[in-house]
Amino acid sequence: MLTVAGQRVIAGRLEMVRVSLRNPPRVLEFDGPVAVTTLLTKLDLRRDCVLVIRDGTLVPGDAMLEADAEVELRSVISGGADGR
Amino acid sequence: MFSPGDRILVAVSGGKDSLALWDILLELGYDVDGLFVNLGIGDYSSDSGHFAWKFAEARGLKLRTIDLRSEFNFDIPAGSRAARRAPCSVCGLSKRHLFDDAALRGNYNALATGHNLDDEAAVLLGNVLRWEHEYLGRQRPVLQAGGGFPKKVKPLVRLAERETAAYCVLRGIEYMLEECPLAEGNRHLAYKEALNGIEDRSPGVKHSFYFGFQDRSLPLFTNDGGPTTKPISCERCGASGNGQVCAFCRLLERTGGNLPSPPASVNIRGTKSVANGHGGNRHG
Repeated sequence: MLTVAGQRVIAGRLEMVRVSLRNPPRVLEFDGPVAVTTLLTKLDLRRDCVLVIRDGTLVPGDAMLEADAEVELRSVISGGADGR
Repeated sequence: MFSPGDRILVAVSGGKDSLALWDILLELGYDVDGLFVNLGIGDYSSDSGHFAWKFAEARGLKLRTIDLRSEFNFDIPAGSRAARRAPCSVCGLSKRHLFDDAALRGNYNALATGHNLDDEAAVLLGNVLRWEHEYLGRQRPVLQAGGGFPKKVKPLVRLAERETAAYCVLRGIEYMLEECPLAEGNRHLAYKEALNGIEDRSPGVKHSFYFGFQDRSLPLFTNDGGPTTKPISCERCGASGNGQVCAFCRLLERTGGNLPSPPASVNIRGTKSVANGHGGNRHG
């Protein structure tokens, strides 16, 4: 199993929290249950810079993700030219 | 920003902010059309257009697309090379020109953009770091019409971009999630990152930075205190600008692009004597 900084990548095991990210698109797995804040700390992400989404709705920052949870971490930071 | 019955043109990118803005204005009962500019940046542009059109079609809304390649014979990557300017700079000036033009020709009461608090605070930081006197004088959420420019408004300026993204999720609005490949490493994103780091340690600092500037410092940079330029009509397209030939027509000259069509009415583009602070406002 490939391990990157304590994260098990694309293992496909049960009892894991699966987290999908973009840029680049990837899926990471973590031992569950895990708190959202813990997850973000492990990924070195600021709470204000991402949304945690599960089944099309938002997951609060103080939530606990159970062992089989599948969530998306979506960056909210965009930026480019003026004039949108 | 608006009055009941105003017709509003929203500059739509297909991203979270512009689609959230369009949705919010519709919910509030305004008469709102959209304008999407296809910038010719590969899959990014076509995918962005897909989200804009999907939003419009699902709600039966009017969305116009301007395709830079087919209408002006250039795209942002080519324009950037030809003008030897950063892609974001070429993109910004092109969109400003085309949005202004569409708002004037369409007789809209206002042109609305989806700039949020994070955008504006980052722009402000960039302008302060370089003491861009004229840009600072323009950095306000409402620019009144005049001098050949439409009224421009930024209704989302009190919302963080996390809030507009959350709004889209909760409203089921699908938007473009990929970032522009040409924007990577631009200064605007660096300023956002810096501000997010400060905000992390000092919550609320972005709000106090931007609105403190609006409340207390903006008057120092208005026309009374800074250099002004008298907008004049471009001799080729009639758009207001600072030279005989506007920045967009100069860009077309360098890219070998097609000249824009002349103004629909000289009355809305005649030379005016009042500088009202339109034009670019950011250093991204």
